[in-house]
Amino acid sequence: MQEIKREVLVAKASELLGNGTVDRVIGWKNGEFDYDVTPAVFTSAEELEKEFVWNDFCGANFSKYLIKETGKSEGKVMVFLKPCDTYSFNQLLTEHRFDREKVYVVGVPCNGMLDDSKVRACSEGIASVSEENGKVAVETLYDGKLTFERNDMLAERCINCKSKKHTAYDELLGEDGEVLDSARFDEVEKLEKMTPDERFAFWQNELSRCIRCNACRNICPACSCEKCVFDNPDSGVENKAVADSFEEKMFHIIRAFHVAGRCTDCGECSRVCPQNIPLHLLNRKFIKDINEFYGEYQAGAEAGSRAPIVDYTTEDIEPSEAVERGGDNA
Amino acid sequence: MADMKDPLIPVVGVVTDIRIDTPDVKTFRVVTPDGKKAFDHKPGQCAMLSIPGVGEAMFSITSSPTNTEFMEFSIKKCGCVTQWLHSMEVGQQITIRGPYGNAFPVDTEFVGKDMLFIAGGIGLAPLRSVINYCRHYRDRYGKIDIVYGSRSMEDLVDYKEIIDEWVKDEGINVHLTIDREQPEWNGHVGFVPNYVKELGFSTDKTAILCGPPIMIKFTLAGLQEIGFDKTQVYTTMELRMKCGVGKCGRCNIGSKYVCKDGPVFRCDQVDELPDEY
Amino acid sequence: MRKISLDKLNLLFSEIASKNSLYMPVDTEAGAKFEKYNGTQTLSDAVNTVRSAKDFFFPQTENLVDFKVEGKNIEIIEPVNEYEDFVVFGVRACDVKSFEILDRVFLAEPVDTFYKNRREHGIIISMACNKPSETCFCGTFGIDASSPAGDIVCYKTDDALYLEAKTEKGSALLDSLNGVTEDSDSEAARAQQEVIKERLAKLPLSGLSAEAFGADKTKEFFDAPEWNTLSESCLGCGTCTFVCPTCQCYDIKDFNTGREVKRFRCWDSCMYSDFTKMAHGNPRLSQLERFRQRFMHKLVYYPTNNEGIFGCVGCGRCMAKCPINMNIVKVMKKLGGNK
Repeated sequence: MQEIKREVLVAKASELLGNGTVDRVIGWKNGEFDYDVTPAVFTSAEELEKEFVWNDFCGANFSKYLIKETGKSEGKVMVFLKPCDTYSFNQLLTEHRFDREKVYVVGVPCNGMLDDSKVRACSEGIASVSEENGKVAVETLYDGKLTFERNDMLAERCINCKSKKHTAYDELLGEDGEVLDSARFDEVEKLEKMTPDERFAFWQNELSRCIRCNACRNICPACSCEKCVFDNPDSGVENKAVADSFEEKMFHIIRAFHVAGRCTDCGECSRVCPQNIPLHLLNRKFIKDINEFYGEYQAGAEAGSRAPIVDYTTEDIEPSEAVERGGDNA
Repeated sequence: MADMKDPLIPVVGVVTDIRIDTPDVKTFRVVTPDGKKAFDHKPGQCAMLSIPGVGEAMFSITSSPTNTEFMEFSIKKCGCVTQWLHSMEVGQQITIRGPYGNAFPVDTEFVGKDMLFIAGGIGLAPLRSVINYCRHYRDRYGKIDIVYGSRSMEDLVDYKEIIDEWVKDEGINVHLTIDREQPEWNGHVGFVPNYVKELGFSTDKTAILCGPPIMIKFTLAGLQEIGFDKTQVYTTMELRMKCGVGKCGRCNIGSKYVCKDGPVFRCDQVDELPDEY
Repeated sequence: MRKISLDKLNLLFSEIASKNSLYMPVDTEAGAKFEKYNGTQTLSDAVNTVRSAKDFFFPQTENLVDFKVEGKNIEIIEPVNEYEDFVVFGVRACDVKSFEILDRVFLAEPVDTFYKNRREHGIIISMACNKPSETCFCGTFGIDASSPAGDIVCYKTDDALYLEAKTEKGSALLDSLNGVTEDSDSEAARAQQEVIKERLAKLPLSGLSAEAFGADKTKEFFDAPEWNTLSESCLGCGTCTFVCPTCQCYDIKDFNTGREVKRFRCWDSCMYSDFTKMAHGNPRLSQLERFRQRFMHKLVYYPTNNEGIFGCVGCGRCMAKCPINMNIVKVMKKLGGNK
């Protein structure tokens, strides 16, 4: 359950629309069921009252939508950002992707979001999903009510939440949290401990499921290029075909390189993957390496920060050391 | 089953002649390796040409079906495939498949009619096939008028054929125009839509219109101004195509596929299509 | 009607697989998927596989033809495809219907021979849906999940699987399985169908109607202002297209291997920005136009060209997989006045 109530969000958005501070609000819109929430632009209090939703399935990160939305008119856009979303927001500001002056950020605390695919995988025919005594209660069509531990239904990125602290906002609803000591690199360490053959087999298996839908790229706040290299017919990498198993691996590996140092680990790539490929692990490997090579760095922790890999200093690690550290796997 | 050839698989074509028409238009003559025409077609139909490794693209067949020896394609250099085609030398092999699309109703609606052909720039390419078809079966049609304009004298496609053959034909009036004055040009100067209005044709003709979208728009408006009905005006359309057989899903305007239901549409039929072209 | 007890299902699968390749839905960590039977897997109970069954006839990528280029000369090498009969087990009613929708595209003149060959060699064993999901709305398009089409139809009860042949191909296959199945009356299967019918009637989307849409309604919907809000958060990815059992748009591309040029066909998506892009412009410039194309195609254009038959089978995959949870149900409700 989320500690801040929907009413508080609706009231805040309505107030800002009403007093002219903003003329649109990016929020979550209800769907057919409790879990199919859609990002939407609201322009009136009536719309908000009728369709705005704030629940355990409001995982979508709105930062990237600001690029398009701020470009539409002169007025200000209000956006609800959860703590992890604010990192992407800052990173996009660092990359000058939209005008800060055209955005009004309302920070909302987050208790972790549920993964609808996990809930759906455990329940055949969902009538409703609600919170009951801290647990997830699913009313099903065939098996009555099922109850699950909230932790078991959380999205992976929320299980390993890196921060409950908002790194940017104009106004905050509720209390701000702290940067957390997460276990988010544990999985990466497991992969690092594998032999190259095991690791290759791991990724081979995961990436073989890729259907080249580009959802990971299109949702990714770090993938904001006007024209993606993969859409260039001369890139040399086939952008649609699963013509060769090499291609899909290259797509994800090249993409991970492109976002290295800029990826805030928001986890949207893995959330949207229709084939449940743990894409965030590729990015986390880069983040972990950057941390180890250059000292702790969190992209988006503050706007305007320079990622170590684009900031040359004489202290930088020598390539030979990096190779050495890689050992046989380098 | 094994003897059934898939429509997506082309045959080899040999380029036996390349004519430089304008600074960015060349006309390519294509036959099969054994020197024959690759297939028969009707005026207005298209073919898919490709260079393996570069790509495949749809082109209108410029030559008339009455030419039984070869096919010709007048192609403007504007994209990846056309660039490559323009760099070819005689003897080069390409691939070809077709014919695709409907055709101008030359053997039905057009029969007995006075014909008015209006083209702008490379827009003459698809009309040349119809014009030469009408010239071949001259007695089936009434008077023929051809209005053709380009940016400059150098940009007039098929200029030699127009001067050497079309203008000399009896019962054919050719009206040429270029956009801006040129010292060596003593013909008409001005845009096609205005020229059509100036010429003021009698409104019992069947008009065929092809050129850049902006020219089509204004010429059609001009024709309507002087009393033409949209049911008398035909045009041919172009959208991105990959298969040519109405299956790959990208050249549709509403429920009509340009590659299969087109490319020839009557202007009142175009009005029925949603505005997405 | 034939019958086999559920604890002997592997005998049935082995028997089929001894003669033909057998594919069936199997659970994986990433959801159910069709896998080639190797003697060890168990049948998934999932309503839907993540990817649809269209892959069997219209694979995501396939080689069309090879070219050998030497100097100015080109040699065309047509692939020699040896197609063998194969059996797909456990296809749901929606996916079986999707084959008919694909047939009307690929088997229309001029016939797509790649598709036709696969289709002729595929034997479909369908399975009635015991527990249709909340995202299911096949009934909207006149599909009855208690009574799927197919060469053989299966009904599963608590203890047995009942098999009924519906076509000649199906009869031949079912006869060949007499060694492992037993004769049965149809009582239990009919009872199971009744249970399913009751369940279908109670589904949350059971009242969804497609009546507002259909042939020749382009003008009614094309300029609807609702497309704006419906498409506003669309990412322009291809997820809906690629999990959809009826989406069949494709691209044709060349790949130079260094030895020869392979011309292949691969799935494409009308949601992609380059789908209609030409050297001199793009008729669908914004995501609104691309989004509209996809839904107009299913709900209006396809019916216009196919005697009113809709291009959607209500499988619900797009509802489950769209990253922003936008889907055809929301479109139909918003545009079609469904509550």
